[in-house]
Amino acid sequence: MSQFNEMYQGAAVRVPYARLQDWVATMPQELRSLKQAEAEALFRRIGITFAVYGEGGDPDRLIPFDMFPRVFNAAEWGKLEKGIKQRARALNAFLVDVYGRGEIIRAGRIPARLVYQNEAYEKAVAGFVPPKGVYSHIVGVDIVRTGPDEFYVLEDNCRTPSGVSYMLESREIMMRMFPDLFRENRIEPVDGYSEKLRRTLASVAPRKCRGEPTVVILTPGHFNSAYYEHSLLADLMGVELVEGQDLFVDGEFVYMRTTEGPRRVDVIYRRIDDAFLDPLCFRPDSMLGVPGLMDVYRSGGVTICSAPGAGVADDKAVYTYVPEMVRFYLGEEPILQNVPTWQCGKPDDLGHVLDKLPDLVVKEVHGSGGYGMLVGPKASKDEIERFRLKLTEDPGNYIAQPTLALSTVPTFVEEGVAPRHVDLRPYCLVGERIELVPGGLTRVALKEGSLVVNSSQGGGVKDTWVLAE
Amino acid sequence: MRLSVDHVTRYRYDAPVRSVVQSQRLTPSLFAGQKVIDWEVTVTEGRKGAAHRDGAGDQVQAWTIAGPLTSVEVRVRGTVETEDLAGVLRGHRESVMPDCYLRSTPPTQADVALHRLAETASGADSLALAHALSQAVSDAIAYRPGVTHAHTTAAEALALGEGVCQDHAHALIAVARLRGIPARYVSGYLFVSEEGAPHEAAHAWAELHVPGLGWVGFDPANRCCPDARYIRLGSGFDAQDAAPIRGVARGGTGESMDVTVAIQQANQ
Repeated sequence: MSQFNEMYQGAAVRVPYARLQDWVATMPQELRSLKQAEAEALFRRIGITFAVYGEGGDPDRLIPFDMFPRVFNAAEWGKLEKGIKQRARALNAFLVDVYGRGEIIRAGRIPARLVYQNEAYEKAVAGFVPPKGVYSHIVGVDIVRTGPDEFYVLEDNCRTPSGVSYMLESREIMMRMFPDLFRENRIEPVDGYSEKLRRTLASVAPRKCRGEPTVVILTPGHFNSAYYEHSLLADLMGVELVEGQDLFVDGEFVYMRTTEGPRRVDVIYRRIDDAFLDPLCFRPDSMLGVPGLMDVYRSGGVTICSAPGAGVADDKAVYTYVPEMVRFYLGEEPILQNVPTWQCGKPDDLGHVLDKLPDLVVKEVHGSGGYGMLVGPKASKDEIERFRLKLTEDPGNYIAQPTLALSTVPTFVEEGVAPRHVDLRPYCLVGERIELVPGGLTRVALKEGSLVVNSSQGGGVKDTWVLAE
Repeated sequence: MRLSVDHVTRYRYDAPVRSVVQSQRLTPSLFAGQKVIDWEVTVTEGRKGAAHRDGAGDQVQAWTIAGPLTSVEVRVRGTVETEDLAGVLRGHRESVMPDCYLRSTPPTQADVALHRLAETASGADSLALAHALSQAVSDAIAYRPGVTHAHTTAAEALALGEGVCQDHAHALIAVARLRGIPARYVSGYLFVSEEGAPHEAAHAWAELHVPGLGWVGFDPANRCCPDARYIRLGSGFDAQDAAPIRGVARGGTGESMDVTVAIQQANQ
């Protein structure tokens, strides 16, 4: 399988990486070890040790940071940015539609079953349009690259995509350790993210809000693996970080307890799942949420970001139809392609998948974190046969995709510098405006030849640069 | 028929609680079969919160009650003019797509016996099939109070062969969904005049979606379709989702509840 190396084409260095050639060539081995230890110490000191995307595993395990940056030039990024914003618009249009008249289903472009019988579809918000028509305020789009101009979207994350703290902290640490690099290269800053996020959240204040909206972040608590990120974002935005028990409903509004008495809350950026938001609407045993919250939400007294029910747009089976959403709602051709996907629930697709199993990647429709997944080319005969059984038993639970030759970026390894596979998650903000900070989270598979970038399975992170024109 | 309702729900807490929040569906549905003459919900010491009409057309009213409290009383009083529409929910405005109600939830999850029961019914069209399914459930589960509880599932009730209106409704929903008919749980009131009839004034039944007719009510507990004796309040996937009152008490230890319902034919 030919793999696209983002830095080298044969012996030649691709333009975006030109200045990194000298940097790495002239870096003495001792300095490298010193810096690597320093980076690790910095990460540990700030306490950023959580597993990305709720992958589980040891919450205190440090995710390896690789100092070799991943670089895009302005033209490459320009295309990505357009494609991501287009996707975020289409996904939100889809959400407004399926909780409204369901035109895309009436038009026969998406099967009704995939939407209305989806567990993530919340009947409780049918007929309700959230402020500015936005359901997903932070869209994390996972992208892989296979060639100079070939980018594919692996999945969309419309609920509460995590990992943005890695984007911010990786940059901070790189700037601290290698200030020269940031003088020699014109790198677009990412530190505007928190202000843009705050503006986005404030722009979707509810109908009954008067004056400057009060924004809070609702966290499940310090035992949550992404708690660090919740508190970092609250700090950077200058808003309160609250737990369910800090909020209460009184009359038509939601309030937070403060030392100066109750204070009305207008916008809640929640980092807890729909099921736990309100025991009076969803799971009655939930202690993490706020009783009565959904009634206040439905009557325009508070905005919840992402909106309850947003998850129906990022289901892996619905994913197949995102290009169709772009055409249907925007009348445009998709700028970013989907990975060709077979739906094992369809008999024809299943036949093909079973035939080609050793060449394919098979995923659970609702799975995440790289678990419950088969990477055909890397799997043993036994593993493949075991998966064949699972597929035949419950085909609707799986999708399959070709194994993509993910691009590589030079990475510091034991023996020096070697290419390792990467992916990318940028964070698109959707409020009154749609904004994208030039950067994102680059995950790298540190094991040689590995295509699994999940931190629970040997993945690390890199700083992601976008060069100014 | 003109029906008057007096429905009191009393919650008692073992130790004083800090506050209570409730989400109520205690207002008669707006559709051609019923017209509200007067209606009032009172909550002792309660403060009215947000109100909205949800996607299923239910009128939802939130209440907050500040503590410390050892008891809360919710009282519903009103008069409704009802009309027999043979169970058809005509003129009801809602935006939830019927297909949503093909999803099963824990109490309506099917087991082998429910699958078998679903297969025993047959009908020339959807409506005939719906009637047949309702009949099959009436035959399979005898009305008997006290053998099941609030968390009994459709499968458990069928295995027992006995249950109350909630169990009948759950079982009918389960078998209807198995046959591809969207089905939902409905909570409301029933006026019972005859002696000896199953007396559940706070009542529940099921609605099945029939092409051409829309939502049609079926009450397997009484082997009939809702008529002028029924008052419809709200709906959901199952009993919990359609509960007329959902509430949470903060800082409480234990709670007990008792309910009295009186439905009478009112003088014109």
